[in-house]
Amino acid sequence: MNLGKRFLHNRTAVATALFVLLIALAGVCAPVLAPNDPYATDILNKFADYSLQYPLGTDQLGRCVLSRLIYGIRPTLGLAMVTMFGTIGLGALLGITAGYFRGITEEVIMRLVDVMLSFPSQIMVFAVVALLGVSVQNVIIANVFIKWAWYARMIRTGVMQYRDCNFVRFSRCVGMPERFILFRHLLPSITSDLAVLASLDVGWAIINISTLSFLGLGVQAPTPEWGAMLNEAKEVLTSNPVQMIAPGAAIVTLVCCFNLMGDALRDVLDPKEVEG
Amino acid sequence: MKRYVVRRLLMAIPLLAAVSFICFMFINLIPSNPAEVALRVQQMPVITEEAVARMEEMLGLNKPFLVRYFDWLAGCLKGDFGISYVNPARTVAGELARCLPATLQLAAASFAIVAVLSVPIGFLCAVYKDGWFDRIMRGVIFISTAMPAYWVGLLLMWGMGVKLRILPTNGSGTWRHLILPAFTVSLSYISTYIRLIRNNMLENMKQDYVLYANVRGLPQRAILVRHILKNSMHTCIVAMGMSIPQLIAGTIVVENVFSWPGLGTLCISSIFNRDYPVIQTYVLLIGVLFVVFNLLFDILQTVSDPRLRREE
Repeated sequence: MNLGKRFLHNRTAVATALFVLLIALAGVCAPVLAPNDPYATDILNKFADYSLQYPLGTDQLGRCVLSRLIYGIRPTLGLAMVTMFGTIGLGALLGITAGYFRGITEEVIMRLVDVMLSFPSQIMVFAVVALLGVSVQNVIIANVFIKWAWYARMIRTGVMQYRDCNFVRFSRCVGMPERFILFRHLLPSITSDLAVLASLDVGWAIINISTLSFLGLGVQAPTPEWGAMLNEAKEVLTSNPVQMIAPGAAIVTLVCCFNLMGDALRDVLDPKEVEG
Repeated sequence: MKRYVVRRLLMAIPLLAAVSFICFMFINLIPSNPAEVALRVQQMPVITEEAVARMEEMLGLNKPFLVRYFDWLAGCLKGDFGISYVNPARTVAGELARCLPATLQLAAASFAIVAVLSVPIGFLCAVYKDGWFDRIMRGVIFISTAMPAYWVGLLLMWGMGVKLRILPTNGSGTWRHLILPAFTVSLSYISTYIRLIRNNMLENMKQDYVLYANVRGLPQRAILVRHILKNSMHTCIVAMGMSIPQLIAGTIVVENVFSWPGLGTLCISSIFNRDYPVIQTYVLLIGVLFVVFNLLFDILQTVSDPRLRREE
């Protein structure tokens, strides 16, 4: 397939996709890969230096930092992914409904989108978490709740752009059911835009979720989430600043990777952009 | 022109109403009874039915939903946002007024940093496109967009405060306390605007009026500054203006890192204390600011840009 070939020819796209897969795999295989138990405390051995047993040293409770990082992939990347799927799902559903059925449905949905977009996203996250209470599940709900409007608007624009195209008209003329037109014509047409936006937004979701955890509003302390780890590292900032390097660097690397992947995907999916 | 402004103003009214309605809904969506929460927050030892009823009476919770909404809205318009659950002696308006100056100070300082740094850097990046400066800045921008603000804050705190001991790491008071938090807040905005100005300028360089200026033999510097930069600044100023509420809201995380006594710190502690009226009013404030600034700069853009004016 032409698209697959273009993807394979784009070195950045391949490399970043592989890297993300590798990280995800490491998260899944955490029990095998982690050298130590991420929850096992060893108070006598706190702030240990780099060693063979503790490749990245230990934290203020004597827990293995590397093991915690590896286990931390699960909540960090996992929650971001769940958030993105939820957002795209909800956004696509409402966006397609609005763009395709028009009329009063569209009016209602789009005015709702306008209102949602008139709040800064960060404040809405805090408001929703405040309202529902502090828990992981609520963090996801909050993130989906504030982000769906962007996707709904984008997808609606996409649908409107294609709904009067000749191939859609033809499909309708020969009597294809509406469902077929929606899922076989309109949805694939906007998939490329969606993929680019989504991969850029995964980075955003990672930062957002880790920020909430850092403030103590997301994943709670003993769980090795990267933001929560930084929250713990903050307490020992003056005595042991090294503690905050590993989780922070991990976040930056992963987010950078997703951002690069987004840019690369854009090049792959829309070759016109590159030449222009 | 006048018609456009009026239409835009009228369009803002339903939006403001919707924003206020959502903020009001917010407190009514709490899974538990607000009166009970208020009593619990005040550490009432035994919560009796009577006490709940009295609290409901005091907070006006026993009236129908829409009546309460309009009561609340009328109160808001008069500047009365209710009382804090945690400390009934304090009004929400008083709490916000106490914390607002610190946040505004921080936001203003960040805005100044953004404006002072991003315009010249964006300009230089566009002029020396693909040169060493541009390439370095592109790298810096790329990394900085991936850095969570709180981590940048921690790094700066450690580097400037603990290691070099040249700047205080928390609290407020003097301008020296302001530097680290302001810089942290501004970092992500700086990268956004550098990119915006750079791309705008590159876009403008391809325009016919630049070619014409070159044909007339104007010196390069004059073309760059007086024509290209000036035209590129249009959208940039509008974008910056629209981002002011975002900047005010964006201080929430950084304030907590640096224990800055502003709205963000108030908001987070209110979340932990379940002081819903404070959170509600904070969200309302930011939402209204957002709508108002969008409106203001949208109109400003139309007024200042002749191309947009003609289309109307």
